[in-house]
Amino acid sequence: MSGTVTKRRPKSRVIISKKIAPYIFLLPFLLFFFAFLIVPLLYAFDLSVYKKTLVGGTRFVGGENYVKAFTDPKFWDGVLTLFKFGLMQIPIMLGLALLFALILDSGIVYAKSFFRVSFFIPYAVPAVIATLMWGYLYGPAYGPLTQVADALSLPRPEFFSAGAILPSIANIAVWEYMGYNMIIYVAALQSIPQDLEEASMMDGASAFAYAAKIKLPMIVPTIIVTIIFSIIGTLQLFAEPYLMINLARNVINTSYTPNIYAYTLAFTAQQINYSAAISFVLGGVVAVVSYVFMLAVNRGDDK
Amino acid sequence: MSIAGKSQKSAKFRCNRLLLTAVLGLYFIYTFIPIFYVITASTKTNPDLFNTFGLWFSNDFHLWQNLRDLFTLYDGIFLKWLRNTFVYATVSAVGSTVFATLAGYAFAKYDFAGKKFFYALVLGAVMIPQTALVIPIFLLLSEVGLLNTAWAVILPSLVFPTGVFLMRAYVDDAISNEIIDAGRVDGAGEFHIFSKLAFRMLMPGFTTVFILAFVANWNNYFLPLVVLNSPENFPVTVGLANWYATAVGGTGGVLLYTVVMAGSLVSILPVIIAFLIMQRFWQGGLGAGGVKA
Repeated sequence: MSGTVTKRRPKSRVIISKKIAPYIFLLPFLLFFFAFLIVPLLYAFDLSVYKKTLVGGTRFVGGENYVKAFTDPKFWDGVLTLFKFGLMQIPIMLGLALLFALILDSGIVYAKSFFRVSFFIPYAVPAVIATLMWGYLYGPAYGPLTQVADALSLPRPEFFSAGAILPSIANIAVWEYMGYNMIIYVAALQSIPQDLEEASMMDGASAFAYAAKIKLPMIVPTIIVTIIFSIIGTLQLFAEPYLMINLARNVINTSYTPNIYAYTLAFTAQQINYSAAISFVLGGVVAVVSYVFMLAVNRGDDK
Repeated sequence: MSIAGKSQKSAKFRCNRLLLTAVLGLYFIYTFIPIFYVITASTKTNPDLFNTFGLWFSNDFHLWQNLRDLFTLYDGIFLKWLRNTFVYATVSAVGSTVFATLAGYAFAKYDFAGKKFFYALVLGAVMIPQTALVIPIFLLLSEVGLLNTAWAVILPSLVFPTGVFLMRAYVDDAISNEIIDAGRVDGAGEFHIFSKLAFRMLMPGFTTVFILAFVANWNNYFLPLVVLNSPENFPVTVGLANWYATAVGGTGGVLLYTVVMAGSLVSILPVIIAFLIMQRFWQGGLGAGGVKA
């Protein structure tokens, strides 16, 4: 480096470019990030502190919309529905994903790659189409599940009744996203160093038990991430229940989930300002739930 | 040791193997039933859809007629929907993946003022509910006159924070600082190092993020539902959902039942086939982000 090789570029230029380069790499992303995320967010916040009145137009009301949102039973009923939904759907989905990932990783089954790929396929099916498919399958008049019940002279299953609609939607979500989470677990399990794996070759029959005992604790960070993403996804539930409104008219209403409520407020009821406040409170709920979950996990670690 | 183990395996091992394969087989049937139903329903007439067993074919093979109806109804609007979906998903996925790769590279390989702040912003963005963004985006787009255009769907979709998060983890794994420093010693500029050295090593991660972005955009429903209002701009998801609402609503939409199923079949097949062909690529890149996080 001491001058035996002469560089064509002066050193100073490299240093400058090294300082500026990261900003240039970030620029395209940040540009759109600000235009389509930060700006809309600020705009929505601005909307949420105003109110449109028939007389006098739009006026500043400060926290009024938020006070209304915090005491709006329609909003909190929707949140409660999603809590019930999440407590049912997330453990089943991630439990299955983990079980299947461990089975596939232990390598003791036939047709491993066939199962891995076919379980992931539903993720490629749009939520809209998944809901259409299951909506047909659930159909009370023509659905094959009803046909099977009729053929066996069993009572017809009522997938759209008040008690059954939540499990019916949860089933669609499990069908859609189980494979995606399973693939993430499989990838995490595979990244565990090989020498550990060799120990399990000693006794093939206990490969699964080995995977569950030794490997499972090593992918806990991955599991936590998938739980948080599932919580965030659950609290944003929209397409599945929204498309089923026509099928279960008396059960799914326009405030069934907070997102459906915010959508209806904005585009049917023309209450854009209140809708913006609802969205922000929902964002707050997402943040609080994620944070509380992280806190609980960390406390568990300390013990 | 290993030989002893193998002989021990025999009976119990084979029993476990069959049992666990059967468990996976059961779940496979569950996974496949809705898809199989779409296939059989697409081949039926509307009366047969209601009167024959749903999970098997009827005697009257009506697939070609359903497909003809699908592509000719309302002046062949379904083909436009397919084309729109393809254009929206491709442009959004290419753009958002390129941006995410550049940003992920910057976060992984440089120290700069504001790095922590920007990265925290990106991570926090994952938690924002869709409605909180889509409704103000709708209002902003209407002010600049972009509502009901392709840009209304594509521009907001270029922001893919999860992609940045995944690419950062992937860059950390795949590219050592020594390689970049070696490039600098050789006198290569920062952009030269990225495009000629780093990018090729990032291809598996790039492919994974691209596929995730493509699927997310192919499947997107909420954003196009809000920002588009004329049917010829709809993607398949919004269009089919409209037909479905008409069919279930019962106002003269009965004809649409089998057509909606044929449309579902046509719109999921390309993605499923693409997945099967590209499976070697998308499975690799997912690991990094999941483990690192």
